[in-house]
Amino acid sequence: MNAGSAKTPKLGVQDATKIYHTVSGDLLALDRCSLDVHANEIVSIVGPSGCGKTTLLWSMSGLHRLSSGTIRLDGREITGPHPDIGIVFQEANLLPWRNLDANIHFPFEIKGEKPDRAWIAHLVHRVGLDGFGGKFPRELSGGMQQRAAIVRALALKPSVLLMDEPFGALDSFTREEMNRLVDEIWLDTKTTIVFITHSIEEAIFLSDRVVVLSARPGRVAKEYRVPFPRPRSLEIMATKEVFDLTNIIKMDIVGERIRPKARERGTAEIVRIRP
Amino acid sequence: MSGGDAIPEFPKSKSGAKAGDGHEVSLTNLSAFASGPGIRSGAEVAAIIAVAVVIIGGIELALRLFNVPHYIMPGPSAIAYALYDEFPLIAPHLGYTLVELVSGFSIGAIIGLVMAAVITQFPFAEKIVAPYILILVTTPMLALVPLLILRFGFGYTPRIIAVALAAGPMVMINAATGFRRVDSAKIALARSYGASTLQIFWKIRAPMALPMILVGLMIGAIFGLLTAVGAEMVGGGFGLGNRLTTYSSMIQMPQFFAVVLILSTLGILIYVLFFLIGKKWASWEA
Repeated sequence: MNAGSAKTPKLGVQDATKIYHTVSGDLLALDRCSLDVHANEIVSIVGPSGCGKTTLLWSMSGLHRLSSGTIRLDGREITGPHPDIGIVFQEANLLPWRNLDANIHFPFEIKGEKPDRAWIAHLVHRVGLDGFGGKFPRELSGGMQQRAAIVRALALKPSVLLMDEPFGALDSFTREEMNRLVDEIWLDTKTTIVFITHSIEEAIFLSDRVVVLSARPGRVAKEYRVPFPRPRSLEIMATKEVFDLTNIIKMDIVGERIRPKARERGTAEIVRIRP
Repeated sequence: MSGGDAIPEFPKSKSGAKAGDGHEVSLTNLSAFASGPGIRSGAEVAAIIAVAVVIIGGIELALRLFNVPHYIMPGPSAIAYALYDEFPLIAPHLGYTLVELVSGFSIGAIIGLVMAAVITQFPFAEKIVAPYILILVTTPMLALVPLLILRFGFGYTPRIIAVALAAGPMVMINAATGFRRVDSAKIALARSYGASTLQIFWKIRAPMALPMILVGLMIGAIFGLLTAVGAEMVGGGFGLGNRLTTYSSMIQMPQFFAVVLILSTLGILIYVLFFLIGKKWASWEA
């Protein structure tokens, strides 16, 4: 299902380096981080907190300018926000003074386009928000807010969806529900998804590949191909293979946390687990 | 190319997100007047009226019992009668005061809003302007009225200027507080769709600032009323403030209190007006 490495990646990150200039000195957040995401793929990025996951995602979206390195969408370098890239933020990030309909129409308003009502109705139905258009964000649960945010992100039909720890604030049941929803939406749209998460289970459940970032400065430390067919059932998620992979990734992250200096600067290592 | 931007303030944890979210900051300000003890049931209304009857009746009774002369403290009935009897004479003055208040407040509020929107876009300019704004806010603009009268005479002009000077800075500092509530995630959201600076202002910053703007407008209007009446007391032959000095100099205390009653009603109306506007347009915050 994944494009071969010879093909141009959907989203290519090449030597992404980001330095924040602060009063207490310069801070290297990303250090020559390279990552290719292929069309129709779901890639999760995990790593110790503060490793630059969000910085990487925001750079991929064009919201952050890199200090050096390039982001390429379909082979073409992007230097700012791109209409073909949708973002789902941490905590739904809905505008509290607008009801759900108005929130979902926000992208069209900014673009000065007429909202694609049929598509929006389809998405709203898909995420199960029928009849909630007149509600304000504060009247909805966190899960429903994030559903609306997903609809908003997909409203302009982006070919890449970047999700920045979208379900971190939700309880574990709602989170599992949302994970299944992302799976369904992917089956429906085949949107390329880059997913940042703290939850290794979530990463394994959703993605074709799990990328482990090193402790700051962030770069790709490890990369795992998840060998189970998608969509994944709860039965598969309960197998020993998944359990083992979870633990391996967990050890990687723990290792990154306690031994940031001992990190090698080699290329990413791909480990395969037999299904 | 050079990463000149500062570290973005992302909510790191759930608790951090709650504290740094920005849209709960001014809750205390707004809810202080927006969601105070609301009246809900008929019994509560009845109780409030009963308390009023007891207090007003008690004052009336006490004043009569102790034979307090009218020129010291007129009874509620005498004030009510004076209000009814003198109202045709007071009404034009109410009109003059309202003209001063509405025009002065409008001028002050517009200038205050524009200045708040502009200076908050330029943090450096804001730093330089801040102390002068503080002086404008803390100086009682009434003090300038004698000077304004010298320059502009006894007409509307000095009073309107004084009202604008009193209301403007109040509107400005509160609106500026509102405009400063930057939520980087919401601005990033708008930017991700390619929003222009102007779009970000109108679609993110302004709605986000609205609750604080309303607080500023309400405080500004109340300060404007205060200043209008004060200015009328200083000089010029018209307006409710002028009625206060006239009636008191003639020891017509029932009429004097009738004017005071009108003024407090005006104050309450200002409060109710902004309360209702807030409820309609800024209730998302509460």
